[in-house]
Amino acid sequence: MLWEVDIYPAKGHPDLIAEQAATDAADLGLAENLSISAARGYLIQGDLARGQVDRIAAELLADGIVERTVIARVGAAALAEPPNAEKHLVHVLPKPGVMDPVAESALEAIADFGLRADAVRTLKKYWIGDLDAQRLAALCSKILANDAIEQVIIGPLGFDKLRFGSHYDFHLVTVPIRGMDDEALGRLSIDGQLYLSLVEMRTIQAHFRTLGRDPTDVELETIAQTWSEHCSHKTLAGRIDYEDENGQRRFENMLKETIFRATRQIRKAAGNEDWCVSVFSDNAGVVRFDDQYNVVFKVETHNHPSALEPYGGANTGIGGVIRDPMGTGMGAKPICNTDVFCFAPPETPADELPPGVLHPRRVMRGVVAGVRDYGNRMGIPTINGAVYFDPRYLGNPLVYCGNAGLIPADKSFKYPQPGDLIVAIGGRTGRDGIHGATFSSAELTSESETLSGGAVQIGNAITEKMVLDVLIAARDRGLYSAVTDCGAGGFSSAVGEMGENIGAEVNLETVPLKYDGLSYTEIWISEAQERMVLAAPEDKWEELKALCDSEDVEATVIGRFVPTGRLVLKYRGHEVGDLAMEFLHDGRPKIVRQAVYRPQPPVRQALPEEHDWDYTDQLKDILGSLNVASKHWIIRQYDHEVQGGSAIKPLVGVENDGPSDASVIRPRLDSRRGLVFACGMNPCYGDLDTYWMAASAIDEAVRNCVAVGADPRRIAILDNFCWGATDRPETLGSLVRAALACHDVAVALGTPFISGKDSLYNEFRPVGGAESISIPPSLLISAMGQVDDAGRCVTMDLKAPGNLLYQVGVTREEMGGSHFALTQGLSGGQVPKVDATMAKATFIALYRAIGAGLVRACHDLSEGGLAVAAAEMAFAGGCGARLSLAQVPHAIEPDEDSRQELARLAGSLPGEEIHPLATYPAATVALLFAESNTRFLCEVAEEDAGAFEAAMFGVPCARVGEVTGAGKLEILGLAQSIADADSGQGCEIGQPIVIEAELGELKQAWQSPLDW
Amino acid sequence: MASPNVLILRAPGTQCDQETAFAFEKAGGTAHILHINRLLESPSRFGQFQILCVPGGFSYGDDVAAGRILANQIQHHLAGHLAEFTAAEKLILGICNGFQVLLKSGILLPPEAERGPAATLTWNDSGRFEDRWVKLSVDSRASVLLAGIESMYLPIAHAEGKFVPRDEATCRQLAAAGQLPLRYRPLADGDDLPLDGPVPFPDNPNGSVANTAGACDPTGRILGLMPHPERHIDRTHHPRWTRGEGGPVGDGLKVFENAIAYFA
Repeated sequence: MLWEVDIYPAKGHPDLIAEQAATDAADLGLAENLSISAARGYLIQGDLARGQVDRIAAELLADGIVERTVIARVGAAALAEPPNAEKHLVHVLPKPGVMDPVAESALEAIADFGLRADAVRTLKKYWIGDLDAQRLAALCSKILANDAIEQVIIGPLGFDKLRFGSHYDFHLVTVPIRGMDDEALGRLSIDGQLYLSLVEMRTIQAHFRTLGRDPTDVELETIAQTWSEHCSHKTLAGRIDYEDENGQRRFENMLKETIFRATRQIRKAAGNEDWCVSVFSDNAGVVRFDDQYNVVFKVETHNHPSALEPYGGANTGIGGVIRDPMGTGMGAKPICNTDVFCFAPPETPADELPPGVLHPRRVMRGVVAGVRDYGNRMGIPTINGAVYFDPRYLGNPLVYCGNAGLIPADKSFKYPQPGDLIVAIGGRTGRDGIHGATFSSAELTSESETLSGGAVQIGNAITEKMVLDVLIAARDRGLYSAVTDCGAGGFSSAVGEMGENIGAEVNLETVPLKYDGLSYTEIWISEAQERMVLAAPEDKWEELKALCDSEDVEATVIGRFVPTGRLVLKYRGHEVGDLAMEFLHDGRPKIVRQAVYRPQPPVRQALPEEHDWDYTDQLKDILGSLNVASKHWIIRQYDHEVQGGSAIKPLVGVENDGPSDASVIRPRLDSRRGLVFACGMNPCYGDLDTYWMAASAIDEAVRNCVAVGADPRRIAILDNFCWGATDRPETLGSLVRAALACHDVAVALGTPFISGKDSLYNEFRPVGGAESISIPPSLLISAMGQVDDAGRCVTMDLKAPGNLLYQVGVTREEMGGSHFALTQGLSGGQVPKVDATMAKATFIALYRAIGAGLVRACHDLSEGGLAVAAAEMAFAGGCGARLSLAQVPHAIEPDEDSRQELARLAGSLPGEEIHPLATYPAATVALLFAESNTRFLCEVAEEDAGAFEAAMFGVPCARVGEVTGAGKLEILGLAQSIADADSGQGCEIGQPIVIEAELGELKQAWQSPLDW
Repeated sequence: MASPNVLILRAPGTQCDQETAFAFEKAGGTAHILHINRLLESPSRFGQFQILCVPGGFSYGDDVAAGRILANQIQHHLAGHLAEFTAAEKLILGICNGFQVLLKSGILLPPEAERGPAATLTWNDSGRFEDRWVKLSVDSRASVLLAGIESMYLPIAHAEGKFVPRDEATCRQLAAAGQLPLRYRPLADGDDLPLDGPVPFPDNPNGSVANTAGACDPTGRILGLMPHPERHIDRTHHPRWTRGEGGPVGDGLKVFENAIAYFA
């Protein structure tokens, strides 16, 4: 019997589901004032009487105070009665095989009543008023449902039974690869979703020719997973011939020779003071925290799944990266999440979307909700992030998710032993996420949605939380010798990697399944979520199993690590795979890739040639530009305080709404020691020069940490390269160039990279095979700093009138890729560079000044430069500020015309002091808005001024203004001659007001664009 | 007397057990974090504790509705033992998800046979999860856990925190009996406003009826609240400590100290 329980809001209570759908429909231009009602519902299958279903509905499913129910057997007329005489009925159900965690919980809770249901599925039910068929279809596909995971049924449900899975008959599949020509190999690679190159396919062919047999499907899949870009980083860790303006260079392993090498150099130089513990080897990088604990950090991307199904993609993105620290060493306890997103502008017109592309507004809402629901349910604070907008992210949004964890120092390494049992714990295996690892190596096309629906997964955070709870207990009781996460590539990757130096034998039929019908290959490569793999000594198994049982976590022995050097797969007694670990991990052909970088000739930027006295509007333009605008809509949806260690929050200031440079947590509640999280990224600079883009990103990430008080000698960083198709030499060249900068700047700052990840082929090809659209080079640098005492940190909000303002660092005429250029539609210009030696000295001096309590507020200068930083500090603190550009430390060279005019002016005004840039209009723009690196604006109490200036000795630093009691920001320009208005002749020297605005206006400009 | 034993009840999806245990320990208690399965196996273990705390989190994922599944488990399997616990004049504190559990299990405001539950906690008016700080006025007479507290500044972090009584009469009754001792207040002044006068978003962050942030039973020994007192026990928890605001310890600590002091 199949019962349906529909749950509507009771009279007088808001219909939140319908309201959201109506808002979305209006946003996308589908319908204004859509008439819509919604219900959430449950399908309950089982031998249950009406009274029993009524009881389940009343006591479990619905809330009698705010909701009302309609209960009937599926097909009954009562279920087809519209609440408000609407015309159309639309059901949205998860597709069979897609995770439905609420239904699973409901099923178990029904059992708690002493009743028995056989199956439960959730649904959403929409009643829609007058809408033509075309718009109704658009509403369903664009707002109500996502075809990747959900099915839409218009009208009454036409089934009376829930189906899950089907019977599977074993038959061994072999692939006749030995007899294939190149064309057939290429077809196999694409049709089989292996996404391997022809050379790789030939290598596999040759290997099996030597063995004198054809591979089975599962062997081929295992090789494809292991050799995938996602799992092996074959491009960046491979051979590359690189050429730029400095000549040619051959890399044997590009990452090793740039980024890893930087860390090696830093560690060597540190000698006994080396604080790195485990870098680039485990699932996350590990560094020392205090005497007892180390801290681990990892950032991953989940771009392609998020493009297809934003909620599920981001949901499993954060779920996946949380398992990285859990699978590092013997298992770390996750302590915070970070997230950085790249989207197309949300105001993109809906009718300009290529087929197969979701609207950026929907992508953004879905991604934020996905991270929110997983991170919040895991009980991990999400404390740092950023969002960047560019039209080139339209078909290919980026979702970077990070997680840090705390691990006892003596549990930072793992040693799987021959003879250990292979134990799977956590979620069951289903058909979800098949081919996720290889899919991420493929370009997205309009057809990706249909082709790769299986690559999309839905997470169940509570399963992962339950795994985490038992994992930490098992770790502390010493019940296993190694742990790793089951991520991309599923068991194939997890077991293959853990047993790389031993050998493994797996019995695939022992793997617990969500439903029947999975083939042995699907079991092996499924990327179903919330699974971890342990290597457990046989004599610990009983205790481990009992511990897992005691908290309802499923634990199953699926095989054993055996010292054979082979990976053997069995299914119901049949051997279905037998691969040499050596071939699997070292057999990949070494391909030489071509990379070239041709520096662009400098293009002069069309900065103003005449003096424009007032830049207030331009300041507001930048404050209201999407990259700079407040992200409070996102930040507040995340729990950033769970675990009780929040010390500096992402939003700070007098009204708790100013943009903090970094967040600080105390991961040990009994200690004052803090961890600082920040990031740096600027895709705009990459269009000019990826070397300086990367250098700037590192400088930004580090200075954000330093701005709140982090020790610059204890900052670890991560790289995440998201790039276009690197089989184009120019694209790969731009990446290699960025990696070279990573090396140089990391070494100069003494800031080691400890882990990283890349995601290549971020391109979208619209239907018809036109030019594909590549994302801009997108290097995210995530930084994790440390402070001895979180109680000595500072925030960016101005504190009190009368205090002084200092600019630390030098302003240059670096306007290329700046937000001034972006908002004023200017191209070209000089990209900001990094003087790493000066940067290091500046960071250390400022760290000491903050540590000595000399700094009341500190904000880094980044997007929008000095003017934006001053505005943000002022409105966050509710204090006014008055600055003068004349005192700003700079290295701006006036052009020839300006120099001559200056000389004339000096001649006509003997004895007056004239600012050397007074006649150079571009200087005013640069001093206000340039994005030169390594700069801060600091608030210092008058009585500390001397000590602060002494602490900054040797570092560019000058007093540029003061905090005022007036509720406005005022910036004075450079001294300039002003014609005497009355007499019409003669000159006097004055400082024009170039920015003047009430704090309220500035804050409004900054808060309103993304105040959703 | 020896330090009171505090049972911090944990279920799948419970999150705030460790920081809540830390807060109780800081206040002088001895905290024991226990999985619901252990209690279901041997409910008599209740006897060894003086304080029961259901901490924040997403028990069972908040699947179906926040706190509902754990509430049902308690109702179906532990109701008798809890009745003994309360009859012995012990203390029960529910924070956030714990408040939802206490309310939906009927422990806090027992349902009436004919009219059903007295109140519920449902979706925020905003329709989404929100993390923000709120100012609370406190009726310190209502509950021993609130003794000596006039107001508190605490963070909320929830999606389903809108307190809705069954009807206006019930609301009036609860208020008159002092069972709605925690109310959201305007952050800027407004102390002279009536308690159930309109407090707009975001000061009342979820649209709770009568600005209710917490409720207690008639004895005041069972208290549930949506804001998180355990997230404001340290000086650096205050969102504006760098501006010199807040005291040497956070406002929330007193709740835990009161619980411990009750057994002194």
